[in-house]
Amino acid sequence: MTAETAAVVRPARLAAWRRRETRWAYLFLLPWIVGFLVFTLGPMIASLVLSFTSYDVLSSPSFVGLDNYREVMSDPAVARSLGNTVFYTALHVPLAMTLSMGLALLLNRLGRRSSGFFRTVFYLPVMTPPVAVGVLFLLLLNGQTGLINAALGLFGVQGPNWTTDPAWIKPGIVILSLWSLGSTVVIYLAALRNVPEELYEAAKVDGTNARQRFRHVTLPQVSGAVFFTLIVNTIASLQMFTEVYTMYFGNKQTQSGSSDAALFYVIYLFQQAFQFLHMGYASSLAWLLFVVILVITVVQVRVAKRFVYYESENS
Amino acid sequence: MTALPDAGQLVALERTEESLAAAPPRPGRRGSSPLVRVGLGVLLTGLSVLFVYPFVWLVSASLKPRENVFDNSLLPHPVQVENFATVWQAAPLLRWIANSAFVGVAAALSVTLSSAIVAFGFAYFRFPARNALFGLVLGTMMLPAVVTLVPTYLVWHSLHLTNTQVPLWGQNLFGSAFYIFLLRQFFLSLPRELFDAARVDGCNYLGMFWRIALPLSKPALIITFIFELRASWTDLVKPLVYLQNPSLYTLPRGLKAVLDQFGQGGELKWEIVLAASVVATVPMIVVFLLAQRHFVEGIATTGRKG
Repeated sequence: MTAETAAVVRPARLAAWRRRETRWAYLFLLPWIVGFLVFTLGPMIASLVLSFTSYDVLSSPSFVGLDNYREVMSDPAVARSLGNTVFYTALHVPLAMTLSMGLALLLNRLGRRSSGFFRTVFYLPVMTPPVAVGVLFLLLLNGQTGLINAALGLFGVQGPNWTTDPAWIKPGIVILSLWSLGSTVVIYLAALRNVPEELYEAAKVDGTNARQRFRHVTLPQVSGAVFFTLIVNTIASLQMFTEVYTMYFGNKQTQSGSSDAALFYVIYLFQQAFQFLHMGYASSLAWLLFVVILVITVVQVRVAKRFVYYESENS
Repeated sequence: MTALPDAGQLVALERTEESLAAAPPRPGRRGSSPLVRVGLGVLLTGLSVLFVYPFVWLVSASLKPRENVFDNSLLPHPVQVENFATVWQAAPLLRWIANSAFVGVAAALSVTLSSAIVAFGFAYFRFPARNALFGLVLGTMMLPAVVTLVPTYLVWHSLHLTNTQVPLWGQNLFGSAFYIFLLRQFFLSLPRELFDAARVDGCNYLGMFWRIALPLSKPALIITFIFELRASWTDLVKPLVYLQNPSLYTLPRGLKAVLDQFGQGGELKWEIVLAASVVATVPMIVVFLLAQRHFVEGIATTGRKG
């Protein structure tokens, strides 16, 4: 539109029209600009400033320099919760990605109608409120009466006390988390559907077997989706909160029993901020997690650069 | 806790439906034999049972008398429907459902409208710093929500709005990065001539947005609405941070309170906790099953238009 209009309108009028359009554009953008300043940029700066203070909301903050960060370094609960969170992430992410790829590969071999049905089934747990998921698995994972140990018993395996034995609490949470892998399955299925059929036919002509085709045709073609889910799942896992909090925290009696093995980083941050009102300390905890997430993401991006295949490199 | 996984789901659903709509059906693709296909069907059915059984177990256990809750039998015997009456008396469930519905609709409606307004600004106009600003929008998607949790609380606290439901949806009035991205993509796919014709007819920018862009973007608006509704309905973090008064609780927060009172470390009336869990779960499952058709229809329509 602009090119044609510009040719007939004189420069002065054009400039006025441009100014008018810019004003209107910023009017449309206004909600986001206000929201960005008040709920993103402002809070980030405030959070950074607060992390150098001691602040309990009731009295005004007092500057304490690097004290919060020194305490973060020596606080055993920080090390423990970070360890728990990284342990969970290291188990959950590869397992969820592998199982999702397996399910997506199976679905991809089906026709449209039946794959749609199974996809819906695998996606249903994603629609379930995480609190309900926590309640449900608290009972399914129960060591004495739970369904999971009953199922293991059918194979002659004596299942552990998933919800009370500190060594098994996190593996139990991983089982819970794998129930909700539906969105990763859906992403992989979408990527698999987009692999051009000709590539497989060409590979077949070259005399490749199914495994070679998966390794050299499928995997490079869906590597973009794999990379996306790696980043997204890692960031989400490092912020795991609701299911674990539902199962093991918020109730004084259960909290005392299993809280060490189930103390995830964001849960500890939440307790510091909203139970003990250590807003300054919680802010420094938030920034530490931000840096950890940033570093892990950057490493993943760097590594992925060598493996992710983009269509444009070829053309 | 983060905007990203939701974003992932959004991309996924959209892309899947799109590719499903575009790609021809591939029954038994790459020449699988009938035997392989039957085996595949059996395997997937078995896997589906793994995913569905926890739901079945939940519904079944919620209908059992207390002493039978842990018997793991598929069918409750005897059936005790009264659990659902008991939970109604034990907790203000109706109130929580109403709260969740109100907060969910307010959150979904406000984020859909505000994101559409902003998205139209990015899609239609040419202005200085547009790409830089749009990059900033995308950048905020990568920001872990935890970083702003404490200061955002302080913002609402300074406005004296903690222990009200406003913080549960108020931020949505200012648009949300992923939905802005999604809707902008959608607006860009609308033919420019439509807007030029409207301008000739004396339509101003507001009119173009309201009378042309919005009506033509129903599928994308519905997707945005449904996903935010789900996010709001299932969220525990915000109610946990902002609500102290039980009469303001949303369902997830209420369910957590029911669990703490009647479940582990409480009165051990698990049948009540399970009945409440069913009540919290069923509405979103129904919404999802109904909305799935909308996704397919919507994306298929736009596919034809493009």
